[in-house]
Amino acid sequence: MIVVLIVLAGIAIYLVSVYNSLVRVRNEVDNSWRQIDVQLKRRHDLIPNLVEAVKGYMQFERDTLTQVVEARGRAIAAPDQASRVVAENQLSAGLGRLLAVMENYPQLKSDQNVMQLQEQLTTTENQIAFSRQAYNDAVLALNNRIQAFPSNIIANNFGFKPAEYFKVAPEDQVLPKVDLSLGAPRA
Amino acid sequence: MAERHDSFWELEHRNRRETALLVIVFMALFSALGCGLDFVFGNLRVIEGKVTGVPILTVAALLIGSIQSIASYYGGAALVLASVHARPLLAESTKEQTVLDVVSEMALAARMPVPRAYVIDDTAPNAFATGRDPAHSVICVTRGLVDEMDREELQGVLGHEMAHIRDYDIRTMMMIAVLVGGIAMLADFVYRWSWFGGFGARDGGDRDRSEGGNAGALIAIAVFILAALAPLFSQLLAMAISRQREYLADAASVEFTRNPRALLRALEEIAKTESPLKSASRGVAHLFIVNPLEAAAGDDSEGFFANLFSTHPPLSKRIARLRALAGQGLSSAPASAAAPDSSIA
Repeated sequence: MIVVLIVLAGIAIYLVSVYNSLVRVRNEVDNSWRQIDVQLKRRHDLIPNLVEAVKGYMQFERDTLTQVVEARGRAIAAPDQASRVVAENQLSAGLGRLLAVMENYPQLKSDQNVMQLQEQLTTTENQIAFSRQAYNDAVLALNNRIQAFPSNIIANNFGFKPAEYFKVAPEDQVLPKVDLSLGAPRA
Repeated sequence: MAERHDSFWELEHRNRRETALLVIVFMALFSALGCGLDFVFGNLRVIEGKVTGVPILTVAALLIGSIQSIASYYGGAALVLASVHARPLLAESTKEQTVLDVVSEMALAARMPVPRAYVIDDTAPNAFATGRDPAHSVICVTRGLVDEMDREELQGVLGHEMAHIRDYDIRTMMMIAVLVGGIAMLADFVYRWSWFGGFGARDGGDRDRSEGGNAGALIAIAVFILAALAPLFSQLLAMAISRQREYLADAASVEFTRNPRALLRALEEIAKTESPLKSASRGVAHLFIVNPLEAAAGDDSEGFFANLFSTHPPLSKRIARLRALAGQGLSSAPASAAAPDSSIA
């Protein structure tokens, strides 16, 4: 009798702990997703300042600058998640090009304001990438728990849904890799 | 990365267990030393095979030990930072801003809160992390690290520190730093007094020639030996706990940056350093990413005794492990120096 009670209590404790870990991982997925949003928002805020600061120096790069500004506008105005992802990826590509061509303007290096903006933009780009990486790690942890035995039984009974990975469209993956280390000149 | 994710919960639990064990060992050492002092000062006596008296100093030592344990838990980080003369890192130049930014980047990659940043004015490149949990964590870098490392190398080093924070190594290491210092101080005190008290009293009155006197002398000798060995013992404990964690943090740094070259390049750069870090003492040496007491260029000793007495695995071994990782195609990503794998961006 006592043995049965102990076994039942043990099973109950196990179920609760599996459930709690599922909740924890699901919250991490949600939180990581919000982190991406925070960084994307920060990038939107930075772009007008950077464009304003470099416009005077970069008369001949009008195309690059307009592309960035337009991509930003599309990303902000995007009606749904899918088109927003596309626009943000185009913005990443455009910014990469802008930061790369800025290398050709050595006079930018002496402008403290530009250097600061460049550092801010570089770290924002990195933080977007790292928060996507963290999001995908969290999704992997959640999906493993939802699919693996025995936690899948609990997950299915309590309606835990597998999360979607942050994927990049094929045409975006072949973009040339851009050197973003401009913000960190070696002394 | 579910395995990694799970293993990091295991690491946290292991660190909680080891911190508890550490406090117990520390309290045992403290009360043993206090008990020894009681015998030395005659508060406790062996009369006809029975221990009599009031162990005032044992209780006092236990009390001091408890207070020190609690104080080191809450105030350890401040103590450690003060002992290495660290001050808050401010964004006064672009380079300093870059370090602060990379701290935020690695915190995001590790899904941890952003630690506060401190700096030590010393040209030897080095770094450590401390604090009682991730929400109260601190990353401290040297001026040399700020000046010499580029963005990629900074990501490697700060990723390593972020790993110590995520796995709660920082708490264990901080407690070790403060408690080992406490043991050393008390042991030193007991050592001196057991010399005067124990051996001095032996030549004294009649009672010392009795059976109890001999037992008292034996106890005094035992205390003397204990006091001499306690600092060494606690130091060895600190080293053993610290060494294995360095490899784990190196691996976790690569997990965060997805770029073995980052930490590899940083360690290779540090390995060239000729000068040790001036403000670091033995008590805090195990906190740093590389041993701050020896010039990194000479830190290549191996073998049983060299391993027993060092807080870090040899740099050459750590570099070799990272090279192996970099060779496995994980290095395909960093075509750019600063961007994390941009194929996921």
